[in-house]
Amino acid sequence: MIHCVLHDPDDSVAVVVVEGVAAGATLTGLILDEDRTITLPCVQDIPLGHKVALKDMATGDTVIKYGIDIGKVVQPIRRGEHAHVHNVKTKRW
Amino acid sequence: MAMPKTFQGYRRENGRVGVRNHVIILPVDDLSNAACEAVANNIKGTLAIPHPYGRLQFGADLDLHFRTLIGTGANPNVAAVVVIGIEDQWTKKVVDGIAATGKPVAGFGIELHGDHDTIMRASKAAKEYLQWASELQRVACDVKELWVSTKCGESDTTSGCGANPTVGDAFDKLYAEGATLVFGETTELTGGEQIVAARCRDDKVRAEFMRVFDRYQDVINRHKTSDLSDSQPTKGNIAGGLTTIEEKALGNIQKIGKRCKVDGVLDKAEAPTGPGLWFMDSSSAAAEMVTLCAAAGYVVHFFPTGQGNVIGNPILPVIKICANPRTVRTMSEHVDVDTSGLLQRAITMSEAGDRLLDMMFRTANGRLTAAEALGHREFVLTRLYESA
Repeated sequence: MIHCVLHDPDDSVAVVVVEGVAAGATLTGLILDEDRTITLPCVQDIPLGHKVALKDMATGDTVIKYGIDIGKVVQPIRRGEHAHVHNVKTKRW
Repeated sequence: MAMPKTFQGYRRENGRVGVRNHVIILPVDDLSNAACEAVANNIKGTLAIPHPYGRLQFGADLDLHFRTLIGTGANPNVAAVVVIGIEDQWTKKVVDGIAATGKPVAGFGIELHGDHDTIMRASKAAKEYLQWASELQRVACDVKELWVSTKCGESDTTSGCGANPTVGDAFDKLYAEGATLVFGETTELTGGEQIVAARCRDDKVRAEFMRVFDRYQDVINRHKTSDLSDSQPTKGNIAGGLTTIEEKALGNIQKIGKRCKVDGVLDKAEAPTGPGLWFMDSSSAAAEMVTLCAAAGYVVHFFPTGQGNVIGNPILPVIKICANPRTVRTMSEHVDVDTSGLLQRAITMSEAGDRLLDMMFRTANGRLTAAEALGHREFVLTRLYESA
């Protein structure tokens, strides 16, 4: 089963695509642009559609998805944690 | 899959091709909604399109009001039109605009007559139009005569990796066939505007795209009271996992595929002048954008959704595409094309695009969309500023 997908191999987050992803699980991630899979640990419960961090990130770091900047880190994020509005913000507006 | 080359459509007086055969009862203004709804109630099979505006508008806002109403009546999915307004002059302006297509249209002003007499006379015209339209026959039409619009809504992260690239794959294939396509949602390109700019056909189109993009950014910056994180992404987007406007925009842009060029820029409700992919400077609110697409003359709409937007339109069939397995399970009555298999590698992107194109041909040939069957007829006029 594919648990999460990412677009570009350099993305720093992946999207959870199944329900019930829980802390302690090992996730299989599909890299859409390359049609190959990776595995990563999951350290928090993450809802369907929400993002899991693929690497440790510090406050001020840029979050990469689709191989492109989607915003900035505002609270430190560890690999396998939930990345969303509580720790990532827009750089626009 | 080899794409069919033809579909069965209604060829209108001006040569354009429609996929529906509506007789609409169109109010010029809010005051005329009641009469229009009474006519549609009298003459079964006609469709009233009520809306809240049309009084004391002026300048560019009034121009857009007329362009939207005239464009809606002129759309080839419409066979004939009855127009009702509170007074004769603006009513005549809408009638004359629609009549330029050559299709049957009649206008009625309420002043000096009252609702009763207006409803009676308009009902007689509507009955004649409906019976006339009911004898029109579908004929074989070339796929390049299809005008297809797209706009997504209640997006989530599955939109960007599933439903939107499905539209993109279909757009790439339709573009190669010479169809006329459009996308829009100016502010929802924020963070991906340079990708769209790079896809513009030439420097002239690119400069026009950036002009309208920057203008809309100015509107946001002038009126915002925060970073807009309470509005863009929407609460539904955030519940679905989208975090920032940039992330939403990069998902949004998947709808224009990989090979299409952006061939031109349209104002709101403006009809394109040739085939290709057009960008319409528009609101990102679903019903506003779909209404503007219908008014520009588009006859089929691709609407990808993640969390489950239920939108339809009175005259434009809206095909819903969804890749979120939970939404497909919990809101199945709204989904026309399920591409959730993409996220488990059960189908390829090209297969997903072909599924959408298959549903497009079935819809163009007459199959009712989920939104049509469920009675979704959202018709929302875009306003530019306050009335006088």
